[in-house]
Amino acid sequence: MRQIIKKTASLIITLFIVSLLAFLAFQIIPGDPTTKILGTSASPEKVAALRTQLGLDRPVWERYIDWLVSFLKGDFGTSYNYMRPVRSLLADKLPVTVLLTVMSFAITAAAAIPLGIVLGSIRNALADHLTMILDQIIMAVPPFFFGIIACYLFGIVLKWFLPGGYVPLSASIPGCLSYLLLPALSLALPRIAMTVRMLRGSIRHELTQNYVLTAQSRGMPLRAILIRHVMRNAMIPVVTFLAVSAAEIMTGTIIIEQVFTIPGIGRLLVSSIGNRDFPVVQAIVVILAAWIMIVNFIADLLNHWMDPRMRSE
Amino acid sequence: MRKRIAVLLTSLALSCALGAGPGATAVMAEETKNASSGNAELVVGLSQDLDNSLDPYQITAAGTREVLFNVFEGLVKPDTDGNFVDAVASEHSVSDDGITYTFTLRDGVKFHNGETVSADDVLYSFETCAATTTNTAVAGALSDIQDVTSSGNEITITLKEKNSSFLSTVSSVSIVPADYADQATAPVGTGPFRFESYSPQDKVVFVRNDDYYAGAPALSKVTCRIFEDANALYTSLDAGALDMALHMSLDQVNSLSNGYDVIEGEMNLVQALYLNNGKAPFDDERVRQALCYAIDIDSILELTEDGHGAKLGSSVYPSFTKYFDESLVGAYPYDPAKAAELLDEAGASGLSFTIKVPSNYTPHVDTASVIVEMLSAAGINASIQKVEWSTWLNDVYQGRDFEATVIGFDAAYLSADALLQRWVSTDSSNMINYSNKDYDAAIEKAQHATDDEEQVAAYKEAEKILSDTAANVYIQDLADFVVLNPKFTGYEFYPLYASDFSKIRPV
Repeated sequence: MRQIIKKTASLIITLFIVSLLAFLAFQIIPGDPTTKILGTSASPEKVAALRTQLGLDRPVWERYIDWLVSFLKGDFGTSYNYMRPVRSLLADKLPVTVLLTVMSFAITAAAAIPLGIVLGSIRNALADHLTMILDQIIMAVPPFFFGIIACYLFGIVLKWFLPGGYVPLSASIPGCLSYLLLPALSLALPRIAMTVRMLRGSIRHELTQNYVLTAQSRGMPLRAILIRHVMRNAMIPVVTFLAVSAAEIMTGTIIIEQVFTIPGIGRLLVSSIGNRDFPVVQAIVVILAAWIMIVNFIADLLNHWMDPRMRSE
Repeated sequence: MRKRIAVLLTSLALSCALGAGPGATAVMAEETKNASSGNAELVVGLSQDLDNSLDPYQITAAGTREVLFNVFEGLVKPDTDGNFVDAVASEHSVSDDGITYTFTLRDGVKFHNGETVSADDVLYSFETCAATTTNTAVAGALSDIQDVTSSGNEITITLKEKNSSFLSTVSSVSIVPADYADQATAPVGTGPFRFESYSPQDKVVFVRNDDYYAGAPALSKVTCRIFEDANALYTSLDAGALDMALHMSLDQVNSLSNGYDVIEGEMNLVQALYLNNGKAPFDDERVRQALCYAIDIDSILELTEDGHGAKLGSSVYPSFTKYFDESLVGAYPYDPAKAAELLDEAGASGLSFTIKVPSNYTPHVDTASVIVEMLSAAGINASIQKVEWSTWLNDVYQGRDFEATVIGFDAAYLSADALLQRWVSTDSSNMINYSNKDYDAAIEKAQHATDDEEQVAAYKEAEKILSDTAANVYIQDLADFVVLNPKFTGYEFYPLYASDFSKIRPV
């Protein structure tokens, strides 16, 4: 319980610092939202009028505190560039990114755990070697590259899907899921490779432990040892790693959404930075930071639950 | 155990593959059906998002104006030849002294919200446009109106003084319903297409205006999908997810593999190496002229677009046939020796400067790269600094903190003023700090000319001054390629930034 309070407090403080840093970054980079909005029709008078309208003429600290107070009240402000509430923008785009993250995470877990177990218990040195080389290669390729290859191969050569033809969830659930499958897979591949490598190593390590020898000498079959003893121990680091993966997959959507033209928060974030659309960037940065911290928090809890040694601490 | 896991994995892999199969086919079937079953829906790819406001008087980006051309109309509107034809008005006449314009409202023109256009709506539109428009040239022309009155379905506009390009101003006053407050998010006009929905970074949808006075267009629905990445747009187009894409580059068009039709036109913009006339070394006319001689325009055209662009000579592009002065095109033939001589004379040999280019506009970056190479052969040391669009707007356009830049200016409406007014020494958008009394006088004369011929002559005089003083190194009007699914036909280019969906029809 004390742990939970401590974690929550640190979460709030970190979010506060993150939002402050994002805010300050916007003060340093050149350009402001009025330049993008007015474009080539800008004149000093119009810029001044718009700055007043958007409240940009007020002192930096006043603006930050205002933002913070309304954010705490649940009001994310209004996007400078889209002239609509940030909340409504996010309501459209966050579900898409969350769905993509969930799909990608599900694929990672569903593929990596069985693969890791198989590779961890394999005894053939050549097969092990080859699969590890393949694993290394997949691990090294960034998701956006898989994305580009997938667009070309499945979109243009095989014509299995239409690149850029994103189907909203509201229009067709299978249509949307099938469009998101390739981006989810592109995001998952390197994570699968990493998780497999980790689980394999972890199982190998456990298999050399004395308790395995003891169980074997008691005549227990290897399969039973794996399931009953080895897996419990081997999964501890892997669960932590998967939780971290969940965080990284969400941030990975920022790039993969560009490649597959998916209208999620990643694309919104990138263009909002270009537009100097501070309220939108701030909201997304805080959401992403919160997500990363919550996921890490869950990983901690799972560790506690799985590993009795941690509980006694 | 091992066997069972293997089976599990195989079935997992299979279910993934099957999951992709039927879903993907279903999507494709749906899209194909739309295009072929006669209800004629067009899917267009846009390479940029819309402006933050869709209010016709607040639009600043050419890309937004281009698609909303289908939604809004003035009393008159431009046609593909650059003439003004009646739109919301059914006829118009100008008094002999050129001061009084009379428009007769077309019978029964309806707004997209179903209301009939009244003379009050027209008065409201002129009033609101004059008060709120972001376009300085339109605002200037509207401030020269003495008064706008209506009687029945006749609208009379009296000017303070004659302005022979006044119809172009009239065409840029979109007629909107009086006191309608939601133009920014749900625009309502009288055009051939009705705005249906807009989802940022995703799409904007237009549907046919069945009540359109000139007959409902052939397409029932136009969906513009928003891509902010040229490669993603191209992949999508090549895979057949789009029926049409605008402003494609020659490279893209050449590598297209789906058999779509390619229609060639011009971008209608003035691409130049714009020089900061207010700052050394470019405050010296000889240095600017030296650059003009040191840059081989033909090679640039050849290298950037295989010779498809059109040469300029001054701040007006060729499809503005009335105002374009062809004699200026060859004013500065390629002559590196003369360039060196001029630089010597100006005491600027070994010149070195930086070209700031917006990194998101590939054609401008390409042109800048070629210029740098060319100048280095002539002993001039130019370097490129790529900046983000916001930074460009902030530093170069508004801050005027630059030596040189490559960019293209388009005309917001069909008048030479739209291109030339900005270089008047006091104009707030005169980013190159051009200051020439003769030029200011020529523009002033053109704006208040008493007849058309005199006006054209005055504009041409202004263009010649820009050329003589080497205000900028004028490069080209870029070639513009529109790619269209062969199931459709009828795309036509306008002499300004406009994509008319009402002309497109299924084959």
